[in-house]
Amino acid sequence: MTDATIKASRPAAGMTDHSEGMAYLETLPRKVVTVYMPLAIILVVLLFPFYWMVITSIKPDSQLLDLENSNPLWVSQPTFQHIYKLLFESAYPRWLMTTMMVATAATFLSIFASVLAAYAITRIRYKGAATVGGLIFLAYLVPPSILFIPLSAVIHAYGLFDTPFALILTYPTILIPFCTWLLMGYFKTIPYELEECALMDGASRWQILLKIVLPLAIPGLISAFIFAFTLCWNEFIYALTFISSDHNKTVPVAIISNFVDGDIFRWGSLMAGALIGSLPLVILYAFFVEHYVSAMTGAVKE
Amino acid sequence: MMASASIVTPSEPGLFERLKVNRNWLGFWFMVPAMIFLLFFLAWPLLLGMWMSMTDMRIGRGGSFVGFENYQFLLDDRDFLRATAFTLTYTAVASVFKFAIGLYLAILLNNNMPFKAFIRAIVLIPFIVPTVLSAVAFWWIFDTQFSIFTWLLQQWGFLGKDQFINWLGDPFLAQCSVIFANIWRGIPFIAITLLAGLQTVSPSLYEAATLDGATGWQRFRFVTYPLLTPIIAVVMTFSVLFTFTDFQLIWAMTRGGPVNATHLMATLSYQRGILGGRLGEGAAIATAMVPFLLAAIMISWFGLQRRKWQQGENND
Repeated sequence: MTDATIKASRPAAGMTDHSEGMAYLETLPRKVVTVYMPLAIILVVLLFPFYWMVITSIKPDSQLLDLENSNPLWVSQPTFQHIYKLLFESAYPRWLMTTMMVATAATFLSIFASVLAAYAITRIRYKGAATVGGLIFLAYLVPPSILFIPLSAVIHAYGLFDTPFALILTYPTILIPFCTWLLMGYFKTIPYELEECALMDGASRWQILLKIVLPLAIPGLISAFIFAFTLCWNEFIYALTFISSDHNKTVPVAIISNFVDGDIFRWGSLMAGALIGSLPLVILYAFFVEHYVSAMTGAVKE
Repeated sequence: MMASASIVTPSEPGLFERLKVNRNWLGFWFMVPAMIFLLFFLAWPLLLGMWMSMTDMRIGRGGSFVGFENYQFLLDDRDFLRATAFTLTYTAVASVFKFAIGLYLAILLNNNMPFKAFIRAIVLIPFIVPTVLSAVAFWWIFDTQFSIFTWLLQQWGFLGKDQFINWLGDPFLAQCSVIFANIWRGIPFIAITLLAGLQTVSPSLYEAATLDGATGWQRFRFVTYPLLTPIIAVVMTFSVLFTFTDFQLIWAMTRGGPVNATHLMATLSYQRGILGGRLGEGAAIATAMVPFLLAAIMISWFGLQRRKWQQGENND
């Protein structure tokens, strides 16, 4: 499915002069050595940790620790015991729900703020809009790891410590600069004439934004949404610092702090936890590959 | 009503009308939500952090101003200097490898091949999966007793049956392991963004270069590379920034150990500031990262400017 969508959108990327390139000059044996072999090696290295994750999470405990009698790269009697334990005998579903909730709320808040900001910067063009755009880009470059200590003081002062709001309100600082920048790129491609027509017909700025600009920028919105959601899910340092009670933790933090106790038999459920924690993002990604890629490259190209 | 009034006397609109219609005020209203977030949770903490780094604040008690005492203390602190040195090494080594392998992968992916779209899609998976979760997988891969790497080396005969490698227990090997994991995680981002850049290079340029007798390396050096420079500069700036301020990979794999060998500045600042409770000192370590970040941004910014100027492009 994803193959078709990518293929359909590809020719737009380049090749405006209809040149066929020189691919026909390459023979197959040559290509095997120069392209397929190195590519295969890199792919194996890139994907091996996931294979290992899957294999470990369905291996019985006895085989996990026995490298002599069974081939560790394969599993002879797969078991769902680790996954079962994780889903029904631990707080994992609760962490998953918290993560999902925090990520969704923070993403919607950020998209709301970013749409308004990006529209104002690109289209209302108030005095100093260019400077504000530059400042927002600078905000993108401020990493969370230099902010978390003062932010924890701020969170304490506002009384948000150890509540989901600590995360819902701080994640947008990471997401807004990125989403604004991405959406500015999309808004710039929408012709002015459409807005002028609407203005002539008596539409307010708010109506123009809702009824004309946003419907045309839907691909951009999807890109921003997916990427922002992924960033939230991936966020670690704020969640580690601002949350202390077990039931409010997000998946990445809970995996690190609640599953790791030095017991060797934990590896199965630890890997199952890592696997299931990644699945929602991988599924989302599988459905929206091209939006994802355009979010990533769009933010870089600007 | 407003319309009829303005026909008779084109007077100044009222204050409320101005707030709604005036371009600058309208822009201001649209910016309010984003501004609230960025001012309260980004700009203010940034300043607060710099102030905190000059106090002896601890968790649970406000501090008093101590000037540059924290920084003076850090300059004599072996662990801090070691963390700074390792942060620089970590960033430099990982960035070089990420760039080289990422660019190579991008060029490979730019070839025509069966299942092209599918292969491109799976390349990005390490980037999608949350860092901590893949770091946990690496932790298991680098386990002392049950490491799959050790097992493979044993199978291939490089190691005896009873020899084990203490991947994350030996300072130097632990440093190599976390750098490896960081490279692994960073390659897809660089490869896919550079691939997007490569796709905009017209194949006819390569045909022309080939007709002029250019070798493969020359085609890369004089066609691909110059056209790709702007995007390389941006991608590498991001990569360097995020590698330098990395936290989660280290925290998930080693927590700074063994004997503080793999502490980055970010993890050290967490350990001292949050776990140790010395907020002032932690903030000072975090603030000490700022000059390095500014330097990285400046270098790439001016590198980018020079390139644009050389290519005769207009700076917009």
